[in-house]
Amino acid sequence: MTAVSVGRARAHKPVSAGGVNGRFSKGIANIIGLVVLIVMLFPIYWAVSTSFKRGVDMTRVTPEWFPVPGTLQHYFDAWHKAFFLSSLRNSAIIVGSTVVIAIIVAFFAAVAIARTNFRGRRAYIVIIILIQMIPQTALIIPLFVMLSRVHQQNQLSGVVFTYLALVLPFSVWTLRGFVANIPKDLEEAAMIDGCSRVGAFMRVTFPLVAPGLVATAIFAFIQAWNEFTFAYVIIQDNSKETATVWLASFSTQQQIDWGGMMAGATMLSIPLVILFLLVQKHFATGLTAGAVKG
Amino acid sequence: MAAVGTELVQPRSRRQPATRGRLPLRRRIVKKSGPYLLVLPSIVIIVLVLAYPVYKLFELSFQNYQLPQLIHESHPKLGKPTVNVGLANYRAVFKDSQFWTVLWRTILFTVVNVGATMVLGTALGVLLTRLSKLIRVSLSVVLILVWATPGIVSITIWNWLFDQQFGVVNYALTKLHFGNFIGHSWYTSSLQGFFVVTCVVVWSAIPFVAITMQAALTQVPEELVEAARVDGATALQIFRRITFPILRPILVIITSLSVIWDFQVFTQIYILRDNRPEPWYYLLSIFSFVESFKVHNFGLGAALSVIVMLVLACVSIFYIRQIVRIGEAQ
Repeated sequence: MTAVSVGRARAHKPVSAGGVNGRFSKGIANIIGLVVLIVMLFPIYWAVSTSFKRGVDMTRVTPEWFPVPGTLQHYFDAWHKAFFLSSLRNSAIIVGSTVVIAIIVAFFAAVAIARTNFRGRRAYIVIIILIQMIPQTALIIPLFVMLSRVHQQNQLSGVVFTYLALVLPFSVWTLRGFVANIPKDLEEAAMIDGCSRVGAFMRVTFPLVAPGLVATAIFAFIQAWNEFTFAYVIIQDNSKETATVWLASFSTQQQIDWGGMMAGATMLSIPLVILFLLVQKHFATGLTAGAVKG
Repeated sequence: MAAVGTELVQPRSRRQPATRGRLPLRRRIVKKSGPYLLVLPSIVIIVLVLAYPVYKLFELSFQNYQLPQLIHESHPKLGKPTVNVGLANYRAVFKDSQFWTVLWRTILFTVVNVGATMVLGTALGVLLTRLSKLIRVSLSVVLILVWATPGIVSITIWNWLFDQQFGVVNYALTKLHFGNFIGHSWYTSSLQGFFVVTCVVVWSAIPFVAITMQAALTQVPEELVEAARVDGATALQIFRRITFPILRPILVIITSLSVIWDFQVFTQIYILRDNRPEPWYYLLSIFSFVESFKVHNFGLGAALSVIVMLVLACVSIFYIRQIVRIGEAQ
């Protein structure tokens, strides 16, 4: 995307005085950087290392800093804990349906606002941005009441319905950027060569937008996968709960199984971390490039 | 899409020379309605899932809506119909001294959390531009790792770090001679409890701010800074006249987003307090949730939510102005 390349092209070396003084300040910066790295990483390290620790090592007065000798017991426990697999399946169904519906609908809307200039376009854009500002906690009560009226409460479909609202505005806005970044000239050239307007769009622009479509789908996936509050309120049956609700249910027990909880947390995070690594650069640079341009 | 496609294609073949300069009527209609057909599905979903609930929220806030009314909603033969009570819910809220305590607590919480997030995140963003490559890359990877950690997992992790019996924080503080923290519970004092909540919120939010700020900083043109230095500008002047104006839009966006997120913090406290937060841990969102789903006074809870929404609407103005400006510029 142009947004990304702009950021890269202009990246400059840090402004520093150079010489001994510069090397000195760089040394200090590196030391601070290392300390920050350790502080930020420690919680994650501690969680993952706990998930591999034997029960006796977890509860020592002096903590064991490394999970040696380790065990996979907690992973077995979490895997076989009630409702783990069903909650993963529920999350997959809910998140999958949400992402597919949201991306198709959002793509149409993004094409309309990026490629055409219709009456009310500006109003539509303002509304799309405005509704992202609606506090989610404010929507819980009316959505719950609405869903109970149409008997969608305690149903996976009710959660999908709700998640669409969370994911759609953001997807439209992000996709608009991706579509707008493909030069219109390319399409026009194809049209001069005899393509119809839609044909030109499908053959020229669509393949170029495809990576953006994947990136947006992954963002939508992350958002829906991480959601907790709506799933917690809408679903009452344990067999219908999502993965995040399952994880939260650990902490309400009398005796918290910290090892199992950390193993569960690690398992829920791995797919997300992988997806996140694939798309994070679109997110940060896309936002800033636009902002600096304006 | 398919329908729009064929209609757009067909008229091409029978374009009439008589209408040179003007498109045929049918084609004009199709051309005009195309964009509307494309945005229509999204508008339908938005109206159903967002506009109607917001309307419903306002309506609920003017009603006496409790458990009998909820039952009546799905089983019309049971329960009781809703009654409009005008401003009674709002009057009850404003008379309640607990509301004012919770409101001030929420504002204080937001100021502290947004302040800490912005200061630490921006500092880290600046730091990232000054590190040698190896450390910069490793630190970025760690930041992305933190960013990618699901919210619920972050809460779980910090809950474990601050655990009363086996938490590593209690051990470390005792070892570092900050006092005897063995078996110390962090939630008996609300100030300490909120410290843990702030740790979760700030730790999770820092990566977004730091990485965005770093990306913004790399777009400050070096020639400009160099030229200013040659002309004898001090570091402070360079910051005030060059760096800050360039960073301003992005700072406005991140700060208003952080305010919006932190003002409605809910899950962190709710989970850390085992789904039963004590009244001294109430922020507005929790207060509203408890009134609705524990006390079953949905009308009062809705009134509280409306208040949260109106406060955030004021903050959003800054954000939206900036974003719309960017959207128009592109």
